[in-house]
Formats: sequence, structure tokens, C-alpha cells
Amino acid sequence: MATTKIVVDPITRIEGHLRIEAQAENGRISNAWAVSTQFRGIEIIMQGRDPRDAWAFTQRICGVCTVVHAVASCRAVEDALGIEIPPNANLIRNLVHGMQFIQDHVIHFYHLHALDWVDVVSALKADPAGTARIARSISPWPNNSETYFTEVQDRVKKFVAGGQLGIFTNGYWGHPAYKLPPEVNLLAVAHYLEALDWQRDVIRLHTIFGGKNPHPNFLVGGMACAINLDRAATINAERLEDIHGMIQRAQRFVEEVYWPDLIAIAGYYKEWGAIGGGVPNYMAVGEFPDADVRDTSKLYFPRGIIMGKDLTTVVPYDHLKVKEYITSSWYEYPGGDGVGLHPWEGETKAKYTGPKPPYQYLQGLDKYTWMKAPRYDGHPMQVGPLARMLVAYASNHPDVKPMVTDLLGRLKVGPEVLFSTLGRTAARGMETVLLARRMNVWFDQLVGRIKGGDTATFNRTKWEPSSWPAKAEGYGYLDAPRGALGHWVQIANGKISRYQCVVPSTWNCSPRDGEGQMGPYEASLVDNHPLALPEQPLEILRTIHSFDPCMACGVHVLDATGAPIVEVKVQ
Amino acid sequence: MYSPTSHPWTEGETLGHHLEQRGVSRRDFVEYCGGLCAVLGLGNLAVPRMARALQTLKRPSVIWIQLQECTGCVESVIRTSEPTIGNLILDLVSLDYSHTLMAAAGHQAEDALQSAMKQNAGKYLLVVTGSVPLADGGVYLTIGGRTAETILKEAAAGAAAVVAVGACAHWGSVQAARPNPTGAVGVSAIIKDKPVINIAGCPPIADVITATVVHFLTFGRMPATDGDGRPLFAYGARIHDQCSRRANFDAGQFVTSFDDDAARQGWCLYHVGCKGPATFSPCPIFQWNDATSWPIGAGHPCLGCTERHFWDTMTPFYGRLPDIGGFGVERSADIIGAALAVGATAGVAAHAVATGIHEARRRRSLPIVEAPGGGSSAAPPSSPPSVKE
Repeated sequence: MATTKIVVDPITRIEGHLRIEAQAENGRISNAWAVSTQFRGIEIIMQGRDPRDAWAFTQRICGVCTVVHAVASCRAVEDALGIEIPPNANLIRNLVHGMQFIQDHVIHFYHLHALDWVDVVSALKADPAGTARIARSISPWPNNSETYFTEVQDRVKKFVAGGQLGIFTNGYWGHPAYKLPPEVNLLAVAHYLEALDWQRDVIRLHTIFGGKNPHPNFLVGGMACAINLDRAATINAERLEDIHGMIQRAQRFVEEVYWPDLIAIAGYYKEWGAIGGGVPNYMAVGEFPDADVRDTSKLYFPRGIIMGKDLTTVVPYDHLKVKEYITSSWYEYPGGDGVGLHPWEGETKAKYTGPKPPYQYLQGLDKYTWMKAPRYDGHPMQVGPLARMLVAYASNHPDVKPMVTDLLGRLKVGPEVLFSTLGRTAARGMETVLLARRMNVWFDQLVGRIKGGDTATFNRTKWEPSSWPAKAEGYGYLDAPRGALGHWVQIANGKISRYQCVVPSTWNCSPRDGEGQMGPYEASLVDNHPLALPEQPLEILRTIHSFDPCMACGVHVLDATGAPIVEVKVQ
Repeated sequence: MYSPTSHPWTEGETLGHHLEQRGVSRRDFVEYCGGLCAVLGLGNLAVPRMARALQTLKRPSVIWIQLQECTGCVESVIRTSEPTIGNLILDLVSLDYSHTLMAAAGHQAEDALQSAMKQNAGKYLLVVTGSVPLADGGVYLTIGGRTAETILKEAAAGAAAVVAVGACAHWGSVQAARPNPTGAVGVSAIIKDKPVINIAGCPPIADVITATVVHFLTFGRMPATDGDGRPLFAYGARIHDQCSRRANFDAGQFVTSFDDDAARQGWCLYHVGCKGPATFSPCPIFQWNDATSWPIGAGHPCLGCTERHFWDTMTPFYGRLPDIGGFGVERSADIIGAALAVGATAGVAAHAVATGIHEARRRRSLPIVEAPGGGSSAAPPSSPPSVKE
């Protein structure tokens, strides 16, 4: 049978600009290319800047992952300058980052991913009483009444009947790959709308500690929000109680809405536990330090690597084994395109060799994307919730191990289904539940410290550039909602001389390397992957969205090395 | 119901005909209206009338294109409280194209865009987030194989008005910071023939964005702006003049190091780099995220993110603005503008900010533009908002 060439551009319901090209034969995908079509060059902009400003620049890599680059940047600079932040600041960063995870994962599930599995139009046919029965059987959530679901259904009916479908225009409604009964579709649509309101409330935790969201403020050396129980303009009991309420509401929504919905929907799509596995290696750098971030033995989500789906062994991670390749990317290395370079040695220049826009196809070209190809010890790696959960599971993590076992039992499947599109989506929900619970621990610790008289949020000993060495370099790691993140900074004479980020979506969306090894998006699309109607690439969206792509994060790149450092004249 | 196909909804086509094209019979449609009437407690006689009303019902079309950006502005909009994002997308406007939220992808997404542009030509509101990279033929951002510049020009051609949301669409923001490797510019550098409203900030406060849209829908025209195209209702006053810590500034009560005793009293952040004295923004009044707090309220100095070129003019962020003590509120804008020299790029900075403030003082309204449904199509303004590049 003939090969069908497929282009999906734009991939919507993601952050940024992603193009997928593929080939399909007999209803299966036979080849795939993941293309990042945006480049911004933030790293070259970093050169010559004050390292204490770096968090704000790198934060603007991504407004969805609005915490992660800022914190990774602070950690990199703190590592370079030997700054240890006060325990309160670490707890506040954990709370802020934890809420980022929770809010981001819920938004991903309902607003970015759900429409791949949920047929909105089918929900109009649902019997609201049936939806209420199903909802009550899986959750004690108060909005589980027939009246409530009838109201939601009427609202959507009115919307659809108006003929202006807005964001639902041209969706794949009625596609044969949709399997949910109308009643479950209605349940998910109701929670799609409910989650929009919920996220607005719980994210206010960022506003209290960081002044706003998106893009809350951070500070090298700690946090800027001073604690004083006796002032209105500082973190006080009123503020803490507001935060406490948000943590409780976040946990309740995650445990009573998100997680039960995810399990209910997964039950109808178990075959996706054998689809879209792809790259069999999983890497986690670890996250949520209980002590100084350099002590990697005290991380709530542990660090490590699973090779070849082997859950009996956790391979230790060493950041010096990370190298980036540009064989398939629109860059050039002065030393030749075949070599891989560690971020501390990276030399890159943008060099677009693709077709002049407008263009039709990129498949078949040697270089086809703005994304570089990071490899660990030469191997492509999947990063993200599934990598974290697998590493924790294989490390016998006291919270993760029983959670995974319980989920597999409820779905009546074995651990092999984790290595799949469904596995990535399920792992995301799992870690959200764990973090929603963990938030209480960090909050109690923070309150306990304040009660004990410790209100310090900032370490000022290395704030002034006069206290810095002439040269310094640091590595800031962070396991972000979308996976392993690293920032590498070099500082010379008080200014940034080199800055490099290797980002989760760079790992996952990486193109082919010099060995011809596909990146995770590409490999998963050719792993037992169906495509019923090439004109309606619903299945491609399922697998790509299961990674939660964040393209602006992936391509921010222009390495600082090699280019002259911008002269800065201080008046 | 029906399964939308690649048949776009063409201009002048009724809903009834359109649904028929997509395989929904007239009978199915009337049956559906019957069901709806039953739900609403209306008799059978109401069915034909409802069918007619539904076929002609129109909400104003909003097309939102996302260019070179971080999606932070979209995230900000979904934090809006009044109207909530649910009300906005379901009840207030027809959000016909939005990368982040729309169900369709690829061809189906592009078809939806083309269809919405054609069907609402001259009437839709174009919202743009992100900048346009002009260097090297626009290769630094393509969507569907086409450059950002092509897409923006095409989408703006049929728009009643253009709302540039966020610092990237305003002037290029972080990717346009020195040395601007991709040649990023804002919307108003490209679209010169119709009003471009600049919702400044990195990102802007959600309520400023939605309030601007609601203003357009309610009053049939865009809000009045300053010389930089920023709505006066939001950007008419400096942070410094509305700041809850202003009394501490006037009393000489300053934080000199983060988390010092003064910081724990909630005193003024001027000495640790606050750019409030040089920044026009509603942060102190509207505040962020359901009026929970704002940057200075949470103890961090203002970064000046509503001003053009703030990545170069307001950095280093922890560097102190030149001495502005002793001048009154009204006079200070001139003084600051003329004297601004924060560390490094003093010359450029002073010029840019001084110009911005000077222009801000020559405020004026934009010409009236009819909102969708308001009768005549949009009149091109006699003079678009001035643009500095």
C-alpha cells in the first residue's frame, strides 16, 4: 500500500510551536519527524548581564513553566557563588514549585490533553443522571448531582447550537478512536470548565510569595518575601492561612476530581498501554530538596536513570555525561557537526539550512529543526513524570511504590503498560496526587520554623559582587513538571560569560542524532502506533500531548561560548 | 450531533446550511431545537423560532494568534476573574482561533482560522501575543510553513482592531533585548494601517487584557491610550505614585538589603532596585490574581516590565535608579525620564524612557472603531497610534 505523507502544523494545545511530519502505511505510522519551528536566542542575550538578573531572563523562556527556569537559574548562580539559602527559602521554593506542578498538570490534563480522549459533542447526548451516578461511584466531590451535570450540558448545548464553536471548531468529534460513553464525556466536559476556575484560585500561592503569576519574582540567595507576623505588608498569619486554604483546595480537587477522572478515562483506553512507548530510557535529575539542594540524597523525587526499561537497576546520574548534538539541527559547530558537546563547552551558531518559507515538507532533509539533540552517555532519554515515577518506583520510594501498585491493580494491568502513551499520562496524575499531599508537609515545616523563631528568607553574605571570585561556574538542576532541566552558568568579573540550558522538551523533542537514533517524540510515534484517518491525526495528538510539549523551553538556545562577550560600560 | 469535517463554514452561509454540508439534516437540527425547547420548558410552537434564532446567533469573533513568545500571556488571561475565562470563551466572545486552547490541529486548525477570517472580515478582534522575528527572512518562526510576518499581516488585514497583548507583541521583549539575535519586533512595527492597542507588561495583568476586550465589546470602540498605545485606564499613572509603600519613600524609610529589618517592616524598595518611579502600570491598584498581591507587595522590587526595552533600560534589576528624592509626584516623571541611568546602558535607556514618558504626556484617544454587531464596518483611523522603534 502507498505511503501517506502527513504534516501536522501547528500542533495545538501545547506551549509553543511544534510541527510533526510523519509517514503512514496501512493505518500505522511508519516514520516520524519532530520539528521545532521557533527560535529566540535567549542565551546570547544573557551574556554580559548581572548573574543576579539571570533568573528573570531565563524565566521568560516559558510562561507555562513559569517557576522552573527562574529557580534553576537561582540554583546555578548559587552553586557558582557557593551560596546556601535559608531553610525557609527552600521550603517556600518547594511550595511555589509544588503548586506549579499541581496547577500545570491539571491544566494539561483537562485543557490540553483531554480533548484527545473526550468527545465534547458526544457529551450532549449524555443522560445527566447517568453521569451523576458514575461520578458518585468514583468520588465524593460535592458537584456530583444530576442538576449540576444538566446545567453544564445545557450550557454546552446552547453554545453548540449557537453555531459558533469557537475553540471547539473543527475538532475531531465523532472520530472512531473516541471510546468514552456520552455520560463519561459529560463528566470530563464539566470538569474541563470547573478546572478553569479552580486553577485561578490555587495559583494565588505564587502571588503571595512572588507577587504575581505568571512570572512570579525570585531572588538569588533566597526569597524576597519577608516574614513578620506583626505586619500587614509581610508574610503573616493571614497570608499563611490563605495559603493553607489553597493547599487544601488543591489537594481536594486533585484527589476527588483529577485522579478519579484520569482512572475512569484510562479504563476505556487500556490499549494505549501498548502504544507509543518509544525510547526505553528514562532520566530524572530529582527534585524537591529537603535540605541544601546540593545534597542529592535528600530529594523527595529521587535522581537516577532507567536503561532499557529495566526496573531492577537505577543508574546514577552524572551531569558531565550530558552532551548535545546538532547533526539534524539548524546550527553549526566550528569543530564539525558530528561531535557532541557538554554545556560547559558548547559552541553553537544558528544556521538555517531549511527551505525558504512558505514550505511544504521538511521530511527527508538532513537538518530539520531548531531543537538540538541532547544525549546522556550517547543515549536518548525520556524525561518527565513517567521518568520520575519509574526511577522512584525502582528506588522503592515509600510513597510512589504503593501508588503505582494500586493503580496497576485498579486498571488490572501489569507494569509493562507504564512504558506507553497511557503510562506517561497516568504518571503525571500520580505525581500530582503525591505532591498535593506533600505540600502539607512543607507548609507545616514552614509554620513550625516560624513558630520556633526562624523567619530568615535570604542569605546576604555573597550578594555584593565584590564578594565573588573573579571566575566561577555553577550547575543548577531541577526536575520540572515536564522533566529534567539543567542550567549551566559561568561568571567572569561579575558578569555572565556563558549560559546554557538543557531543557525537558529538548530531551523529549530532540531530533535524530549522528547515530540516527530518534528522539522520544519521534520514536514513540513509530512504536506500534495507529493512525486511523490520516486527515484527522487524533492519535498523533494523543501521543505527542502525553509528553506535554513545551517548545519555547526546548528552543531558547544560542550558546554563549565562542561569541565575544558584549562589552558593558558602567557609568 | 455532527462531526465537523474539513468543510469550513463559508461566508454568508447559514448555520442550517452549514450543518447540512457537514451531514446534519434539517430534521436533526429541528429535533435538537425541540429537545432544547423541552429542556427550557418551552412548547413545540417555539421550536421554529428557536431554530431561526440559533441559526443567526452571533457572538463577536476573536482570533488570537501566538507568535514568538513564551505563552505567559495566555496563562495570564486564563487567570482572569471578571469575566472568568469560562464565561469569556463560552458566552462573551467566539474565540475562533487559539493555539493553546483549540481542539483542532494542523490543517483543521488553519481551516478554522481561514474560515473565521473570511466569515467575520472587517469585524473580528485580532489578539496577538508574541513578537515577529524579521531577521534572515523570518526563518526563526514559522507556523504551517509560513512566517510570523506573513501570518500577522494576513490576520490583521481583516481585523476591526488589533490588541497586542504583552511585552513581546508590544515591542519584542526578551528576545528583542540586546543584541536581538532574531530581529524581533512588536506588532505596531508591522501593522500601521489600523489601531493597535498595546497591553503592556511581561505578562500583563489578566484583568487588563480582558477589560480591554470587554471595553471594545461594550462601548464599540477601543479605550483611550497614551502615546505608546497603552490604555489609560490601566497605564495612566506611575507605580511610584500609587504605591502602598510610597509613604515610606517620602519618609526616607528604605530597605537596604533583602530580609533586613526594614524589609520585615514592609518599607520602600527603592534602594534595592525598584523601578516603580519609572514605570506606568496599574499593578498597585488592580493587583494580581484576584487582587491577591503584587510584586512590591510581596517584597520584590518592580522590574519595570510595562515599559519598552525594560530588559536593557531597567537592568541591572537590583541597581538603584538615579536619585529622585525631593521632587514632587507630578514633576518627577520628567526628572526621572531625563536622568534615568541605571547602570549599564544609560544613554539608550535615558533616551528611550524619556521619549516614552514625553509621549505618555501627550495622551489622546484613538478614533472610534465599531465593535462587531455595531453596524458599519470599522473605519480606518485617521492616524494610528504612534510607534517608536
